[in-house]
Amino acid sequence: MKAAPFEFARAASLAEACALLARHGADAKLIAGGQSLVPMMAMRLARPAFLIDINGAADMQGIEFSAETITLGAAVRQRQIERDASLAARLPLLGKALRWVGHAQTRNRGTLGGSIVHADPSAELPLAACVLDATLLLRDTAGETEVPAREFMLAPMVVAITPDQCLAAVRFPAWTEARTGCAFDEVSLRQGDFAIVGAAAQIALDAGGKCVRAALGTSSAPIPQAHAEIAQRLVGTSLDDAVIADAAADVARAVEPDADLHASAEYRRHLAGVLAKRVLMAARDEARGRR
Amino acid sequence: MTEKKHAVAIEVNGMAFQAEVPARLTLVDFLRDEARLTGTHVGCEHGICGACSVLFDSLPVRACLMFAWQAHGHKVTTVEGLANPDGSPSPLQDSFCETHALQCGYCTPGMIVAAHALLEENRSPSEADVREAIAGNLCRCTGYQQIVDAVQLAARRLGETR
Amino acid sequence: MSAAAGTGFRYIGKKRRAKEHPRFTAGHGRFVADIALPQMKHVALVTSPYACARIARIDAAKAHAVRGCIYVLTGKELCAAVDPLLVGVDAPLVKRFPLANGVARYAGEWVVAVVADSRAAAEDAAEKVEIEYQPLPYNVDPEKALDAAAPLVHPEHGSNLLYQREFVWGPVAEDFARAAQRLSFRARWHRSATVPIETFGVLAKWDAGRGILDVWASIQMPKFPDQTARALRLPGSAVRVHFDVDVGGSYGVKRGIKHAVLVGYLAKKLGFPVRLIEDRLENMRGGDMHGPDRIFDLEVAFDADATIRSLKIRALDDVGAYAGRAPLQLGKPVGAIVGPYRIGSVAYEPICVLTNKTAQEAVRGFGQSPTNFALETALDRVARHLGLDRVEVRRRNLIRKHEFPYLIPSGTTYDSGDYHAVLDKALAAAGYAELVATRDAARAAGKLAGIGISTCLEPSGGNSAFEPLFNPKNETTTWMDSCLVRVDLSGSITGVMNTSSAGQAHETLVATCVGEILERDPASIRVVRADSLVALPSNSPVGSRMAIMLGGAAAGAARKVRARLIAIAAHQFECSVEDIEYRDGDASLKGAPSRRLSWDQLVEIAHRKFHLLPPGIEPGLQEKFVWQVPTGGMLPTPEGRIQMYPCTSFEAHLVYVEIDRDTGRPSLQRYVCGHDCGVMINPDVVHGMTYGGIAHGIGAALYERFAYSDTGQLQSQTFMDYLMPSAIEVPALRIVDHCTPSPLTTFGQKGSGEAGYLGAPAAIASAVNDALAPLGAAIDELPMTPHDIWKQIKKKLR
Repeated sequence: MKAAPFEFARAASLAEACALLARHGADAKLIAGGQSLVPMMAMRLARPAFLIDINGAADMQGIEFSAETITLGAAVRQRQIERDASLAARLPLLGKALRWVGHAQTRNRGTLGGSIVHADPSAELPLAACVLDATLLLRDTAGETEVPAREFMLAPMVVAITPDQCLAAVRFPAWTEARTGCAFDEVSLRQGDFAIVGAAAQIALDAGGKCVRAALGTSSAPIPQAHAEIAQRLVGTSLDDAVIADAAADVARAVEPDADLHASAEYRRHLAGVLAKRVLMAARDEARGRR
Repeated sequence: MTEKKHAVAIEVNGMAFQAEVPARLTLVDFLRDEARLTGTHVGCEHGICGACSVLFDSLPVRACLMFAWQAHGHKVTTVEGLANPDGSPSPLQDSFCETHALQCGYCTPGMIVAAHALLEENRSPSEADVREAIAGNLCRCTGYQQIVDAVQLAARRLGETR
Repeated sequence: MSAAAGTGFRYIGKKRRAKEHPRFTAGHGRFVADIALPQMKHVALVTSPYACARIARIDAAKAHAVRGCIYVLTGKELCAAVDPLLVGVDAPLVKRFPLANGVARYAGEWVVAVVADSRAAAEDAAEKVEIEYQPLPYNVDPEKALDAAAPLVHPEHGSNLLYQREFVWGPVAEDFARAAQRLSFRARWHRSATVPIETFGVLAKWDAGRGILDVWASIQMPKFPDQTARALRLPGSAVRVHFDVDVGGSYGVKRGIKHAVLVGYLAKKLGFPVRLIEDRLENMRGGDMHGPDRIFDLEVAFDADATIRSLKIRALDDVGAYAGRAPLQLGKPVGAIVGPYRIGSVAYEPICVLTNKTAQEAVRGFGQSPTNFALETALDRVARHLGLDRVEVRRRNLIRKHEFPYLIPSGTTYDSGDYHAVLDKALAAAGYAELVATRDAARAAGKLAGIGISTCLEPSGGNSAFEPLFNPKNETTTWMDSCLVRVDLSGSITGVMNTSSAGQAHETLVATCVGEILERDPASIRVVRADSLVALPSNSPVGSRMAIMLGGAAAGAARKVRARLIAIAAHQFECSVEDIEYRDGDASLKGAPSRRLSWDQLVEIAHRKFHLLPPGIEPGLQEKFVWQVPTGGMLPTPEGRIQMYPCTSFEAHLVYVEIDRDTGRPSLQRYVCGHDCGVMINPDVVHGMTYGGIAHGIGAALYERFAYSDTGQLQSQTFMDYLMPSAIEVPALRIVDHCTPSPLTTFGQKGSGEAGYLGAPAAIASAVNDALAPLGAAIDELPMTPHDIWKQIKKKLR
């Protein structure tokens, strides 16, 4: 399984990557970790004539913290996210999602941006980005565009990016509430496989235990969904088991999953509800444990 | 149509290797066909089996998912480079021999690379740690039991020499 | 010479590192893809996208224009130049060639072979071959294959039925009539295989000057050189297969005849060495390495105390579009058709059908694992029906220790065993009573929890009498192996084995057995492999036969060497051979230890001092041993009774599973296997293969399936969809050993290369069904995915 022939260039910066994209247009693909792209090239399902390697673009690898946001360069490695203590403190859901992503070898090369742009419907990082209502910063030679993660995935492997654009960075809103908890869970056939269904939740409680902020999402194909309205209904409640069960039932009703070799639509729908409940409970319990 | 050749220089196991290769040549094919280090094996070419695992700048990666030119200027360590400086088997390699952690030997180089990386980071891994570290390396011969035993034995032996 | 229970041996049964390990841990193995010859060319395949289609036109013009493309071989050319490959049953009109011959009969079948300077260029050229297909009707449902309206996979054969027979052994009808109760059920073993991490590869080089085709391959196949030569219309002495290629796992599947014939033809035609290393897609779709795909319909007749009186077994297997040895996988289980139980009569109807799927070849156990799954399901169902404990039901039916050797209705005698002892050991090691309490507590807490049990046989020794059983025209009764032991002038010992290995540590086996007999350290004994032109007869490592057959041959050759050394000493001391004491390679006169000849002195006499040799003894010091499998050599009776494999190993599996009620996901939490393969020559090696077999079994039970769509497309053709267990999915495994030596073998050893795989799927199915039992649900289809399990839970919760 050898890839079809292609040529390449190395981009030393985001600007250079954009310039190369502008020059090569639809024939070009960016390559970062290659964990999703190269298998497709080996099977000749993807045949870019030109690869733009951004592994050396230092300005795409930064992690910046502000009071209200956390911005990660698109080429930040999954391994780095796993091990960064500040991210563990301020953006813990990403680390929890990464526990389900592939294996050590995958995460040593894979990047945040690569996973989001590849947009496999059951991938963990796109779901986390949706749930956390991240903003994707797209760049081309003309300038920068911001796209909410929740609007970025249009269909499996299809995202709202033009051939000239490069995902430069992902900006996450910071949750500053003291009593925050989050959880990521999935059902996959084996550890490290893509999920049959995944779910993620993050909630914040006030001192009295009432929910003041909530985010919830599931991936049951065709694209990850942030259940914004269902999450919003949790705000103001005490997130007791009955409330969570109702929310989970709402999630099961809201999803429209696909069927494939490994799971029927009905099973996925059922799992979406089961996992929504589990992640809400786990997030709530974690938050309750905080003062 | 002739494919363009690119000059690629990679330090493999401490030695410099140079070749002029097409863009699509993977790192694993470079190691096997250009550097003639056939210890690293090809099992699936789509990033699942782990037989092609090597250390890239000290971290285990799947060499079938990298192109050789991406490794230009970097350091790669293969199983052939994990022995002791005098060529004798490392404690990890010797532990694999001791616990019978291999049968056909095909997954073994990748398995040793993954285990080596674990032991560099974690000198007293639990059984769960070991299984997690080698979860990306499929073996069809051993059922993993004696491999786990080998890695934990190696950890103990490395601990003794500290 | 055999000693009871492994005691009294110096090297046999002791811990010993495998000789093979140093090269593999250093990365210095020599697999077929590691061998590069000057001017070597590479092959890539063009495969059929259709389940069935006529090949109307092939246009290779654009392929030829690709830089580096050397040759494009079509089926039309190849099929005229080579003979069809052998079919294991009597079906001469089911013709099989390495490339499709006018009609492609399964999606993924190899249609055109492209040869180029590199594999990449071969793939580039392969993409450019233009083929016009005319799709034909097809069928991928084995139960529809025998309908009158079913499209025929091989019209010349006249039907899709490849083999069918009704065997009746013992008074089945009477036993059913007399039994108090009966039940019937269906069990389905879906298609999977043991899928090695190394794909199949073969390299061939034609030496025109000598008229020899050199072949290096990743091979595990009886009569590979002969069948390759035959198909290529070459004399056997024109094909030299190099058995010293390391094989990256096979577990039955690497039969490779079609690959070798294809590459051999190309090498001879083109004058360059030609190499085909299957890529994973070629391997999964068209490598013909799929395993059994079987529907069992069973009827069990039993009494109120759970004594099983009789069985009726109908086994329908879908071998795909062609058949080499695969149909015979319905025949091997005849040799253990009642499992380890005292069942007095059996009716067995194997049916083998053709469909438009990838061809099967052979998989570890050669059909025994699916059969054990069906038998163990029967035991569990009887227990459940009667409300009796499943362990107790097995105790009542297991053959008793004092009943060995035990003749089963289909004509095979089981050599030895103590099944109750092994079962007891497994139960003790698993802490069975405590495990039951754990399970019950989990259930009380609302979980789904179950304990699985299986008690299964592993026939070993490889007397492949299923060949004449299923094809009376094939009167093959010779199942042999061999070894040559030589001692050189320096006194070094070399054992020469005559086949390939795929991780079974045969070099270590030979060195240990030779060392045991000659009383010399196995670490000092070199083991090499002959090539097929100089090899003594061998039938390859199949059917768990090598510990018995190669071990026996190595010991036999070593005994002859030892006898010669003793004769040389006796001649020097002018005494009879009975007066010689042989110890550690030195020979002395009994009662006069100062009259002694050392190993080196004996070797020197043998090689250089002809004047001191006893009359009639050959110069030098080398002996060969070629022998037939014990209890083999007979043809089946007209009723189809036959002594199959000589030795029966036994395994008792205990596994504890908890199932997530909401997701259906099973979690294996404790696994114990009691194992008895007689004397273990190398315990680590035996344990390793058992652990690996259990892992294969976990895969077959829970994860692995070659799934086909209704349009005959293989849906699980990469490792993204064909899921194999990693170190996370395989739990910690514990083996407890027992030893009932075989009375038939050199050291009391039995074979165990298929251990673990033969009982694990049955045990895991048993566990899942025990967990589902409180819901009144059951699954009798493997693999059992979380989705499958959840469907059963949901069905019953309504």
